[in-house]
Amino acid sequence: MDIPKIYAYRRPNGQIGVRNHVIILPVDDLSNAACEHVASNVPGTLALPHPYGRLQFGEDLELHFRTLIGTGRNPNVAAVIVIGIEPVWTKRIVDGISDTGKPVAGFAIEETGDIMTIAKATRKAAEFLQSATELQREEVSMSELTISVKCGESDTTSGLASNPTCGNVVDRLTGMKSIVYFGETSEVTGGEHLIAARCATPEIKDAFMEIHTSYIKFIEDQGVSLLGSQPTEGNIKGGLTTIEEKALGNVQKMGRTSQVVGVLHPAETPQGFDKQSAEPGLYFMDTSSAAAECVTLMAAAGAAIHLFTTGQGNIIGNPIEPVIKITANPKTARTMSEHIDVDVSGILSGELTLDQAGDMVMEMIRRTANGRVTCAETLGHREFVLTKLYRSA
Amino acid sequence: MSARHKFLVHEPEDMVGVAVEDVAAGEEVEALIMSNGHYLPLKTRQAVPLGHKVALRDIAKGSEVIKYGVAIGEAFVDIKAGDHVHVHNLQSLRWKKSVVRADDGQLVTIS
Repeated sequence: MDIPKIYAYRRPNGQIGVRNHVIILPVDDLSNAACEHVASNVPGTLALPHPYGRLQFGEDLELHFRTLIGTGRNPNVAAVIVIGIEPVWTKRIVDGISDTGKPVAGFAIEETGDIMTIAKATRKAAEFLQSATELQREEVSMSELTISVKCGESDTTSGLASNPTCGNVVDRLTGMKSIVYFGETSEVTGGEHLIAARCATPEIKDAFMEIHTSYIKFIEDQGVSLLGSQPTEGNIKGGLTTIEEKALGNVQKMGRTSQVVGVLHPAETPQGFDKQSAEPGLYFMDTSSAAAECVTLMAAAGAAIHLFTTGQGNIIGNPIEPVIKITANPKTARTMSEHIDVDVSGILSGELTLDQAGDMVMEMIRRTANGRVTCAETLGHREFVLTKLYRSA
Repeated sequence: MSARHKFLVHEPEDMVGVAVEDVAAGEEVEALIMSNGHYLPLKTRQAVPLGHKVALRDIAKGSEVIKYGVAIGEAFVDIKAGDHVHVHNLQSLRWKKSVVRADDGQLVTIS
């Protein structure tokens, strides 16, 4: 296979990014204001406000740290300013990012106050932005990119065409030895046996089934049925009737030949990822099926470009990971054209083959990697949504 | 859209097809089976919007409804060929049982 070349940023640890963001990252909700002031003082930097980070504990707190640290480590990020209310947690995030070799600095508000913190962080952010803008793109192989995939506002056109197109591309990516993430623990329900059958080893299959079974138990422990929310109202409007039908359409994104080579916790990177020695292939990540939560977790695991298939027209974006939107629904492609990067509705009418649609998506990955802003980026979609596992203390 | 087909079907054993455009009640149309390229003639009994399903044959109440070659749920009323198939006649089997395709290609119900 001829592996396409792209022009992208090689970070000090060797990872490949397609954007060059300087982010201003709050540790907690209290630090959002300072972060937004810094970003406003230094246009070109990007604040990532969020509502959490106080009195979390246990696995939920670990996920909070892993997501924020992973966001800073993402190769689309050139440099990071971290601001938190307390110095210890602020330092933990700075330390978690610093071994990537990218510039990172932390500022704590306690004993300093917002105004002085903003002044100091602004000075540092200006310095980081100027040095980031001098970084140059270089020619690298597309196979060095980590790609994530997810679908949303699905309908039957997703299962017929856009998800099989995604699967066609996933097979090409794993064939060129890229790393690809997929997830959506709840929405593979009804198709989980198809994923289990694709796991490369019995251990990986057990790990996948363990995640899925514990999720189903969690739902049952809540005394509720998924049927109230799955399929969603948008899914039903689009013609999807049952969760099984939705899941069978969903798993088309895995392609026909790709094997699942690992199972990841939310926001977790594969073993060896930071040293470019992770096993290439398709990884299942335990994520929510809510679009912004899922993409935020995959970006925190280092994904550089996201492929998002939609039927009825989900409009999600992410602040650091460009989201390429693909639809096979001709009405959505027409009525929501400003959100759709790749229209593969020609598959339904027989005007496009799956391979031709796959070619279109591969070309859009190449263009996006080289700097074309996606529809979601153009429209300012920066949904940064942290996954909260349970209530805080 | 000028295609010969107005419905697409994933597998030959599927009992439902998906509309690729809005189809009116009483239309005599064809469904294209994607995996083998065959066409099936069909007359709709109700309107079927783009993306919605039509029954390719009669499906008795209590029977599994097959799409993608596997069960996507069960009919909770009798369904006639040409009927619009959706939440008014098809429900999830999820919390009862699941159907898988065994190595020999047969559909096997597991509980």
